Amino acid sequence: MLARRVIPCLDVANGRVVKGTRFVDLTDEGDPAELARRYAREGADEIVFLDITAAPEGRGTMLEVVRRTASMAFVPLTVGGGVRSVDEMRDVLRAGADKVSFNTAAVAAPELLTACARRFGRQAVVCAIDARRVPQPADATPVAPIAWEVVTHGGRTPAGLDAVEWALRAVDLGAGELLVTSMDRDGTRSGFDTDLLRAISSRVRVPVIASGGASGPDDFVSAVRDGGADAVLAASIFHRRMYSIDSVKQAMAAAGLPVRPVGEAAA
Amino acid sequence: MAAQRSPVVAVLDYGAANMVSIGQALVTAGARVVVATDAAELEGVDAIVVPGVGAAAPAMAHLRERGLLQPVRDWVRADRPCLGICLGYQLFFERSEEGDAETLRLLAGQTVGLEDAPTLPHIGWNSVELVRPHPLFDGIADGSHFYFVHSFAPAPEDEEIVVARTTHGRPFVSAVASRSLYGVQFHPEKSAQAGRRLLANFLRLVAASAGVGAAVPGAEVA
Repeated sequence: MLARRVIPCLDVANGRVVKGTRFVDLTDEGDPAELARRYAREGADEIVFLDITAAPEGRGTMLEVVRRTASMAFVPLTVGGGVRSVDEMRDVLRAGADKVSFNTAAVAAPELLTACARRFGRQAVVCAIDARRVPQPADATPVAPIAWEVVTHGGRTPAGLDAVEWALRAVDLGAGELLVTSMDRDGTRSGFDTDLLRAISSRVRVPVIASGGASGPDDFVSAVRDGGADAVLAASIFHRRMYSIDSVKQAMAAAGLPVRPVGEAAA
Repeated sequence: MAAQRSPVVAVLDYGAANMVSIGQALVTAGARVVVATDAAELEGVDAIVVPGVGAAAPAMAHLRERGLLQPVRDWVRADRPCLGICLGYQLFFERSEEGDAETLRLLAGQTVGLEDAPTLPHIGWNSVELVRPHPLFDGIADGSHFYFVHSFAPAPEDEEIVVARTTHGRPFVSAVASRSLYGVQFHPEKSAQAGRRLLANFLRLVAASAGVGAAVPGAEVA
């Protein structure tokens, strides 16, 4: 049976892992390749690198980090941030990544998803969607259904797109997986936005990765059970050793969710 | 005893994205790796690994362009060791439903889409259930998880070659062995310790068939 994945996420800026709250106030969390290796040993099912600087001058650093990690982690790597063309995706895959995640670039040029899926297969194309709840007007009667809008550029720019509609379109265009981050919850440790996850996972057949807001093992369980997520991603709770990957997987297994036992990964 | 040397493995480079990872994983498992872009580079190697992620038709076109189709067929028909991974494994069969592509025709059967799959592509760690013991899985517990990324899988006609099955929606064949030809639908190079053990086991089979001695460091990956 397909296991639900637990994925530590490394936000990388200028070659270092950083962590912020609602995408700002960054703190240094260590060397990405070292952290990736540690997580792979501790039972991570996959590693995600998001290059949050995504400046052209940082590209070489990122490829080197991917290369170092791929040579020692032996679990799948997804790399996102700043990839804007088929050729750039090829470079990242050649460095050892298995998948490339597109966010701002896909919103700006949706055909990029199609071109990359044609060349490398849709399984290698992840569409990352950063979404935030659209505030309800105080005098809205009747209460409007919950809606989310897509934001880009690291959460700074509203894209003018409905998050659920964009998710469906991204899958049609070629995305083989969706990485759905709640901007409202990111770094707040207040739990995943399971309404957002459910709104998307119930309408697509591709796997959905939940992101943004993990505070503890119970949140992973609800992201899968209530949100319909296939995989759950978190950063700070792992970086700061608040919870181990093992404790998260044990909670998931206790809730009846299929996981790859950490013991299987131990050397 | 013969002088010990590491088995030399040619990883076919025909534009597949996971080639680098497989090369690195084989080196870690104890092989010397040659990246082969044409038939001349298969000279003197002990085994071939056919990697691959993506679609069957462009993969076959790449192999044809590089003049690798016939050499690979000849290699396998001579019973020399060959491991296909993911798309590389699918190419061993007659046809692929994906893009209606004719493939290598080394094994009877077709590659078909995963039916009844709750999610597609099938991405993630799934358990590999052994149908029979095989040296490729020595030291790997039945039901261990391996990493999969695919939407199609071969349906072998010959039940005797089936080594393992995996279920996503319905069961499909996730590992085969036919003489010295081995195929796995999952990615051992991404499957942590279980994957490294499988690659080490493959190298041991290669060493046995090539008589290169047991220089394969298998013990520490158990």
